[in-house]
Amino acid sequence: MLLKNARQRWIGFGVTIVILIVLMSISIVYGYTNTTWQISFNAFTNFDGSTEHIVIRTVRLPRALIAAAVGASLAIAGVLMQALTKNPLSSPDILGVNAGAALTVVIAITIFGVSNLQLFTWVSFIGAAIAAISVYMIGSVGRDGLTPMKLTLAGAAMTAMIASLTQGLLVSNEALLDQVLFWLAGSVAGRSLDNLVAVLPYLVLGWVLAQLVSGKMNVFSMGEDVAKGLGLNTAILKITIGIIIVLLAGGSVAVAGPIGFIGIVIPHVTRFIVGIDHRWLIPYAALNGAILLIAADIASRYILMPQEVPVGVMTAIIGTPFFIYIARKGFNKG
Amino acid sequence: MKHYKSLRLFKERFSVLVDNKAMMKTLTLFLLTIAVFVISTGLGEMTIHPLNVLKVFFGGGTDLEQLVVQSFRLPRIIIALLVGMGLAVSGAILQGMIRNPLASPDILGITGGATVAVVGFLAVFSDKNQALTVSISWLPLAAFIGATIVALLVYLLAWNNGVSPIRFVLIGIGIMSLMKALTTMMLILGPIYKASQANLWITGSVSSSTWKNVAVLGPWTILFLVIAFVYARNINIQELGDDVATGLGGSVQRQRFTLLMISTALIGSSVAFAGGIGFVGLMAPHIARRLVGSNFGSLLPASALVGAILVMIADLIGRTLFSPLEIPAGVFTATIGAPYFIYLLYKTRNTSK
Amino acid sequence: MEQAIETNKLTLSYGDTIIINELDLTIPKGEITVFIGANGCGKSTLLRSIARLLKPKSGAILLEGEAIAKQSTKEIARKMAILPQSPDAPEGLTVLQLVKQGRYPYQTWLKQWSLEDEMKVQNALIATNLEELKERPIDSLSGGQRQRAWIAMTLAQDTDIILLDEPTTYLDMTHQIEILDLLFELNSKEQRTIVMVLHDLNLACRYAHNIVAVKNQKIFAQGKPEHIINCSLVKNVFDMNCEVSVDPLFGTPLCIPHGKGRCINQTLLQK
Repeated sequence: MLLKNARQRWIGFGVTIVILIVLMSISIVYGYTNTTWQISFNAFTNFDGSTEHIVIRTVRLPRALIAAAVGASLAIAGVLMQALTKNPLSSPDILGVNAGAALTVVIAITIFGVSNLQLFTWVSFIGAAIAAISVYMIGSVGRDGLTPMKLTLAGAAMTAMIASLTQGLLVSNEALLDQVLFWLAGSVAGRSLDNLVAVLPYLVLGWVLAQLVSGKMNVFSMGEDVAKGLGLNTAILKITIGIIIVLLAGGSVAVAGPIGFIGIVIPHVTRFIVGIDHRWLIPYAALNGAILLIAADIASRYILMPQEVPVGVMTAIIGTPFFIYIARKGFNKG
Repeated sequence: MKHYKSLRLFKERFSVLVDNKAMMKTLTLFLLTIAVFVISTGLGEMTIHPLNVLKVFFGGGTDLEQLVVQSFRLPRIIIALLVGMGLAVSGAILQGMIRNPLASPDILGITGGATVAVVGFLAVFSDKNQALTVSISWLPLAAFIGATIVALLVYLLAWNNGVSPIRFVLIGIGIMSLMKALTTMMLILGPIYKASQANLWITGSVSSSTWKNVAVLGPWTILFLVIAFVYARNINIQELGDDVATGLGGSVQRQRFTLLMISTALIGSSVAFAGGIGFVGLMAPHIARRLVGSNFGSLLPASALVGAILVMIADLIGRTLFSPLEIPAGVFTATIGAPYFIYLLYKTRNTSK
Repeated sequence: MEQAIETNKLTLSYGDTIIINELDLTIPKGEITVFIGANGCGKSTLLRSIARLLKPKSGAILLEGEAIAKQSTKEIARKMAILPQSPDAPEGLTVLQLVKQGRYPYQTWLKQWSLEDEMKVQNALIATNLEELKERPIDSLSGGQRQRAWIAMTLAQDTDIILLDEPTTYLDMTHQIEILDLLFELNSKEQRTIVMVLHDLNLACRYAHNIVAVKNQKIFAQGKPEHIINCSLVKNVFDMNCEVSVDPLFGTPLCIPHGKGRCINQTLLQK
């Protein structure tokens, strides 16, 4: 734990916000075509209708905002899932929630021809919810109930199955494959502010709810039986967390496709910085998640210049060594 | 019928305990496999009666029937059979090694490794006109190499004074995600026509099988199946846990590695010829276990047969259901996977928990 | 008396933490030896390393006079069997299928069920009273029956030495006695050397010919229960004050801890 008392944590919080703003600004200014700080600033204060200003406002800014919002949401979802399942590797991508959301969106597009943004979002929620419940139930099958190992395997099995189905749906539809492929890899590019606005209410709701239950999460972390003994209504808490995860993951997937590794890595890093008090963990994780995703997005512009790599691929490349490190460190139960 | 029979031959140089019940069930599966094989050969755009199919096998039948059966149907159905067996047995081995019925080659990133290799192969060896600069018969080798590299990578990364099942699984899952991301990246960077072709392959299909393929896959699969069956007794003790297995005199780490290699050999070759047909490695051993129990001496052959039946049927449905449109077998194995899981949930929810 | 197992300056560690330091131990043949000690003192670790499940940091372990490092794991498996703590059987495995596995060290891929294999498995099932339950899945048995099945497997392994790591933890009293009685009989009828870790001191005194008390990375004391178990040992090893009385049925030491509780004996109340 780096920041040990409230004062340190508040200061750290301020510093993190500053880092976030700096990164967002970098994201707006730098890329395939670099603009300048002056012009970017003017695009908001002194809008003059020039192409550059338009691009900044309709392309760069939404991209940065989406990256921040999605990064924050996935990170919070990861924190909650890891606490709920007592599994240090739980996250919306590992447990199939992202994949489920993506599948339903693809189904909506291919079979039902949906293009309404709000509808996308709700479809995404449904997919996320179904996947989450299925994985939870599959992982609980058998004599010893829900162990971390079984849950992880159930999630991986579900993710693989959903990916197969998703791919199968796209096999017969080459044109669609082209459109959807980039999104399926997870991408914050090419989205307008409308996309973000469609899901923002749900994401914000998720953030607020997460902070509200953070105190209860601390009690829950001591073990379900202990929490019950202390008077916590664990059933309601679990359902609430489930809803929050669906809102955050489903909303994120609706706008940016299934992006992985943020939900796994950020909770660990954040725990290292502020410890395990969820009241601090949630806001810090949100900021860190936003920072990571924006950074990954910036990197994704430069790594194979001029071709852009989907940010989901970047997070996979950055996240995998981390993941392996966590997996090797130990996972003594199950 | 007595449950068990001791079989001792050649003055006791060969002895085995035969589980009669399991044997009967396996025999039934065998007959079922043959039935599916024959019927499947007869179905398609042109329907051939099963008896006529048998006639063709023994050299008779009309010229047209012979042509259809021998040039079009047989190669792909045989590949489906071999692939089904290979995937099922490798899945059973992995499940035994990892001691968890949810383990499978798709999840551990091994199939993913093969996929990356194939997509990479297609991306690297295509020129501007989107034609392949190198012969396509190198593709299976690329898939196999990809599978083996990933299997070894996962194994090494999981090594920490030995490989424990849980570490192996976790790292496998991480690598799987990475492989998927890399695959997508290559699909995006490469020409689109290749993308859809690669996507077809990734989903898993036996539609482009030839007799040359059979000549390569056949002996390889049979060889490793036999090795796996012989090695079965070592999986039995691994299932009891590392401590007990060591206590019984098994060299756990060495056996684990060998089993992994056998499994990879089977997966790599299957994926090389048929793409990523998912869930056979997951479902077939499960179904077989419910039929014949947990003893790997019976489980492996039963899994092989169940796997063969699954893939042949998936291919059959894909060929005939939406004729003349062909849907890859991989879509159906994935589709069967979902209801199967639900069935599994229902059945076990009410029993032991 | 011949030594079944010996250790020379055995040092065991997990990573950098030393659990057992330069320990010299001898375990006599044909007797029941029990390791006792406080939680985390290293008695399980010691047992596991003797079973070659854990590599020593330094020092040697001798099995029937020969270093185990020099013997193949199969050779060792023919001399020594181990039943680890909370063993886990795959779902659906039957008793017979489990006990059969005990013959692994004697089998090859051609010879998987010799006459001897069949006989030893049969004897093991009879000795543990599981003949009638042999087709039942292990997970459907009671705790005591399940443990008997695992012991039957080690019996089928036909070794002179059997090691058991806390074989009675998680069992209720009846089943604890059931298991310990079985082990006692195996020792008295077949002279098998039994080495186990027990956490119940009184049961240890009742069944063991030889107790090894582990403390502070070393052996604190070793010997017959009636010779070494006294208040001072209990205080040193378990940090507990007690009275050591005599078991009314067996005459072995009976340890009664001090502390709180309802004192209803009139003569004691007057003290």
